[in-house]
Amino acid sequence: MKLVTVCGPPSSGKTSVILKTVDALSGRGRKVGVVKFDCLSTEDDLLYEKAGIPVQKGLSGPLCPDHYFVSNVEEVVGWGKKNDFDLLISESAGLCNRCSPYIKDVMAICVIDNLSGVGTPKKIGPMLKLADIVVITKGDIVSQAEREVFASRVSLVNPAAMVLNVNGLTGQGAWELSTLLDEDDRAVETLIGRKLRFSMPAALCSYCLGETRIGETYQLGNVRKIQIEER
Amino acid sequence: MLVARDLLETRIEDLLSEYPFVGSFFDSQQLDLEGAGEMTLRAFLDKANTAIDDDDAQLSPEEVAVRLSEHIEQMLSFLEDDRERIRTLTLLPGTDKSGQPEGFERIDFHAGQTVCIVGPTGSGKSRLLADIEWVAQRDTPTRRAVWLNGEAPSRQWRFSPTHKLVAQLSQNMNFVMDLSVEEFLRMHAESRVVADPEPLIARIHEEANRLAGESFDKDTPITSLSGGQSRALMIADTAILSRSPIVLIDEIENAGIDRKKALELLVSEEKIVLMATHDPVRP
Repeated sequence: MKLVTVCGPPSSGKTSVILKTVDALSGRGRKVGVVKFDCLSTEDDLLYEKAGIPVQKGLSGPLCPDHYFVSNVEEVVGWGKKNDFDLLISESAGLCNRCSPYIKDVMAICVIDNLSGVGTPKKIGPMLKLADIVVITKGDIVSQAEREVFASRVSLVNPAAMVLNVNGLTGQGAWELSTLLDEDDRAVETLIGRKLRFSMPAALCSYCLGETRIGETYQLGNVRKIQIEER
Repeated sequence: MLVARDLLETRIEDLLSEYPFVGSFFDSQQLDLEGAGEMTLRAFLDKANTAIDDDDAQLSPEEVAVRLSEHIEQMLSFLEDDRERIRTLTLLPGTDKSGQPEGFERIDFHAGQTVCIVGPTGSGKSRLLADIEWVAQRDTPTRRAVWLNGEAPSRQWRFSPTHKLVAQLSQNMNFVMDLSVEEFLRMHAESRVVADPEPLIARIHEEANRLAGESFDKDTPITSLSGGQSRALMIADTAILSRSPIVLIDEIENAGIDRKKALELLVSEEKIVLMATHDPVRP
């Protein structure tokens, strides 16, 4: 079974891109499953179900979504293997711009949209910087110039990535993306012992452990203070 | 091809003088070059890695150097504009929807030509355009092949963010940035590493005003342009600043813009203009 991790900021079009891409893969007889990782709630699993795609949903609730992802991804691979998928797609949002659930030697796709603004590629961090493929969406509603500027900013941050435009509504570009997933020949038996491409955001302060009171007295553990500049 | 290993042993100030554009690469990687001129790239990256307390610098110096070499290659190809000017695009037949061979031998599109693509919804206009955009090599559902300048093209046309074959103009497109016309054009020119953007900006502004019914200033915010003015600016900008050799337009409405002049401008810039239309009767 092959595994691919897809991530990107909320509302960038991950689910639409995956739905259209799986449609193209199914047309070639591939058996594909999807795992949707999210924070508090998601209804995307219903969209996958409606499209006849086997889906699991994992909600991190009060935990850091990335830590939740990495603690569960092996279980999910087990589910995929049990179901004999040719390809398992993991979808997760990059919620804090420090997130990057990419795994070494596992295909990594970042989805970002033209509407997020040309300053965004630089802000997204490792999720964009370390992706193998960058999918840019919502190109049908902004000008050619903005698309070009946006793509050039993406490539400044990650010159090594393949960059594709996909229209999540019409599916234009999704067939092309599906061929790249087919070309990838790195199968995954288990992820045990594999490594993330990038460390997860650090945590473990008193607020991680349920503290709600504000004030320095209550701040224990991994705490970082803002530097107020005198002007 | 640049060798990443050699870049690592190059001094930062030499890198900057040889490739002046790399400053923005370092900026995008959140690497501050101040005071680093005398250091080699390797020494600079080693120092940066130890100085950052977030482990955000987990890319090794070698990895950064590989990325830098990719970036330099991309930018250099921008500067050598003529190297890959597309004069002809050739479409070779595949199969139709029922799997039968298509009834044409080859279709050539030439720079400076406008070609209308006509057919009812569902007839395959989108697939044809997708074949062109993806530079099909008998590996799309239609099994067609696309050649550029008479030969099978390199794969970089597919994946490179900076070498897109097709630029698009459609009625649904809007400006979303909060910039003036001039700032907007300058930003586009800078992303293309244009050495002297001012004459280009002036020319695009002038051409856009020629196409639009009502003229506008360079300090107008792009989001407050009228529909016709926006479209005129998009067309002039695509004609003059976009590097994509093919321009795909859905119908140009005559409202607020001179359709004939718009097409003339695009073809005078040696673009191949493809116009999708449901209405073949209109000229």
